[in-house]
Amino acid sequence: MKQVYIYKKFERFWHWSQAALILFLALTGFEIHGSFSLLGFEKAVSFHRVASYLLLALIAFSIFWHFTTGEWKQYIPTLSKLKDQVQYYTVGIFINAPHPTIKSARKKLNPLQAITYLGFKLLMAPVMILTGLLYLYYKTFDVNDIIVVSDIPLSWIAWLHTLGAWLLMAFIVVHVYMTTTGHSVTSNIKAMLTGWDLLEDDTEEKKDLNNTQNEAS
Amino acid sequence: MNKTITIAVLLTFIVLLLMNFFHRDKPLNLSQYQLKQSFANKHEPSVDHRQFDILKQNFKTPQEVTEACLTCHNKRHEEIMRSSHWNWERVAYVEGKGISKMGKKNVLNNFCIGASTNEQACAACHIGFGMSHNTFDFNNARNVDCMVCHDRSEEYIKGSAQAGYPDRSVNLIKVAQSVGRPNKINCGACHFYSGGGNNVKHGDLEEALLSCDRDVDVHMAANGINMDCVDCHSADEHRIKGKLYSVSSTDVDRLRCEECHTTKPHLDDVLNRHFSKVACQTCHIPIYAKENSTKMAWRWSEAGRLDEQGMPYHEEDSLGNHTYLSIKGEFEWANKVKPEYKWFNGNAQHYKLGDTVTSLPVQINRLLGSASDSHSKIYPVKVHRGDQIYDPNTQLLIQPKVYAEAKGDSAYWKDFDWKLAAEAGMKGVGLPFSGEFEFIETEMYWPVNHMVSPAEQALSCEECHARENGRLASLNDFYLPGRDKNDWIDLLGSLLLWGALAGVTIHGSARLINAYRRNELESK
Repeated sequence: MKQVYIYKKFERFWHWSQAALILFLALTGFEIHGSFSLLGFEKAVSFHRVASYLLLALIAFSIFWHFTTGEWKQYIPTLSKLKDQVQYYTVGIFINAPHPTIKSARKKLNPLQAITYLGFKLLMAPVMILTGLLYLYYKTFDVNDIIVVSDIPLSWIAWLHTLGAWLLMAFIVVHVYMTTTGHSVTSNIKAMLTGWDLLEDDTEEKKDLNNTQNEAS
Repeated sequence: MNKTITIAVLLTFIVLLLMNFFHRDKPLNLSQYQLKQSFANKHEPSVDHRQFDILKQNFKTPQEVTEACLTCHNKRHEEIMRSSHWNWERVAYVEGKGISKMGKKNVLNNFCIGASTNEQACAACHIGFGMSHNTFDFNNARNVDCMVCHDRSEEYIKGSAQAGYPDRSVNLIKVAQSVGRPNKINCGACHFYSGGGNNVKHGDLEEALLSCDRDVDVHMAANGINMDCVDCHSADEHRIKGKLYSVSSTDVDRLRCEECHTTKPHLDDVLNRHFSKVACQTCHIPIYAKENSTKMAWRWSEAGRLDEQGMPYHEEDSLGNHTYLSIKGEFEWANKVKPEYKWFNGNAQHYKLGDTVTSLPVQINRLLGSASDSHSKIYPVKVHRGDQIYDPNTQLLIQPKVYAEAKGDSAYWKDFDWKLAAEAGMKGVGLPFSGEFEFIETEMYWPVNHMVSPAEQALSCEECHARENGRLASLNDFYLPGRDKNDWIDLLGSLLLWGALAGVTIHGSARLINAYRRNELESK
């Protein structure tokens, strides 16, 4: 076991500000939805708008970051140990079985995480962004003006956006809970805050290291 | 390093949460000030009519005044005689009815029901002299009443039941010499008191507007820009802009707020976008009948009760509003009324004399429009409900004869005999009457356009964007954020969320129990 610097500065900034924005969007969004009354409808709407623009900007930066650093490869789904991972969470975890996959800086995500986050990025986020933008720019101009998105009923857009919000909420609950399944209950959250995680020695990494040394020599 | 991240995260949180406390002062809406400035200078007449010799003669009849007017304004009578104020009808295309003439001559209402056969009295609000039943010459320019609109001495009044002639007390010389641009009371003389008293019909047009403050009406306020009716209701060639949907049916010559205020009057883009579906009036006239009460219901079926001496009587409420009149029936009044809301595209379908009744309550002037119609907007509407006389055999609403000078002329207000009144009325308009009558529920719709409140009293978002009891609760043909939801999605969503919470709780407790047991085993 050794301390490894696993989450880089931007990555942590991105993760936590995205978390903050999503929670804030949920708060204002469900107020707009009529679930409760807190800030008042007018403020909820205007804050939801501002927060959504901030989130869009953040997502743009994070996409850039993922591609320039090659970190996007973390999300390539692997099926090889997916079953083991599921088995671990349903059985192994209760009998103190070892983690079926080893976390490393090169492989931060276990197969279940990879496929979940990929789904988050390729399905959930686009649906929320698309329906959100349609909602934001839903204008039925008067007849002398251009009609932009009025062909799609507002109810469909709103329903999809609401459904996405519910899914996101459920995701957050499970996501936060799953952070407790590391070496210790708080180790994963600590890692995401500080960047440093206590990881098992990665033989693969050693091999890689050896290879590069060989190549160098 | 860790600190910077923590700080960044904390900052994001703080910025987001503190946004609530950043109350920016509203910047000045300059376009509003420009508008106010443009009405700061009041109209000054360009001529002094007192100096014209022709107006110094000793007028014997009001027609002589008209003739004097026409010596200079020698084409104006032609404009008047093309107007609906004169003709009491206009040619209009109406959905389902084609092109037809519509107006007071053939349209009913659920107040005094109709002018036909009662012209002697009703013509007090006609801009002509001598209109009685079937006798008026609409082509005689001498009968144009210039004074009723242009008198600025407040001397001129129409006589009661004088067929549109002025009251005998009126000093015609004084009136003729004081003519000018119409002010509030010229229009208000008819439009404030229609239906038999102040504010009876409209609810948003009444004598309080002659001298009110900005809380009542920002436009006409004495302590505001103090506009006259004709500042907005301009009258190029005596064609007065603006539509009153008790008698109008088409979306032409309407007067719109945006003509002064533009289509983007707010500094906030979200509010501006409401313009495509919500009329300005909807948010900016939160209540109408702000000062005096307006009539909300009129039940003719209760008319005709007489006192012990066999005489008609009346009852009043504490505000002095008639709640019962033997000649007219039972009334309900209200002030500071929240409007009802309707989709409206500027077109209306009227019950015209001779139409058969097909649905209940009879919609005297159905406002057309729906959420899916791109011409429609949500408007505030005064709905006047009541019952009125109806022939169950012919299925026609009845035009009763209510007014006559004396008993024995079949008029309901003198003889209190519905059968005679119905017979005389229907005969007068050339329609059959079976001899039987009953009373039928009717509704009439009055879009509310006046008594605009100061901006800070406009409706807040929550008045409509609310799950329960919002102002638009009855308009259910569109998705309104904050009010509407898909029950299935919300059910599914909350099941997911609670399912997730329950799942992780169970999973977590199982882990805890297992860890505890393991510890015990190990310690053993």
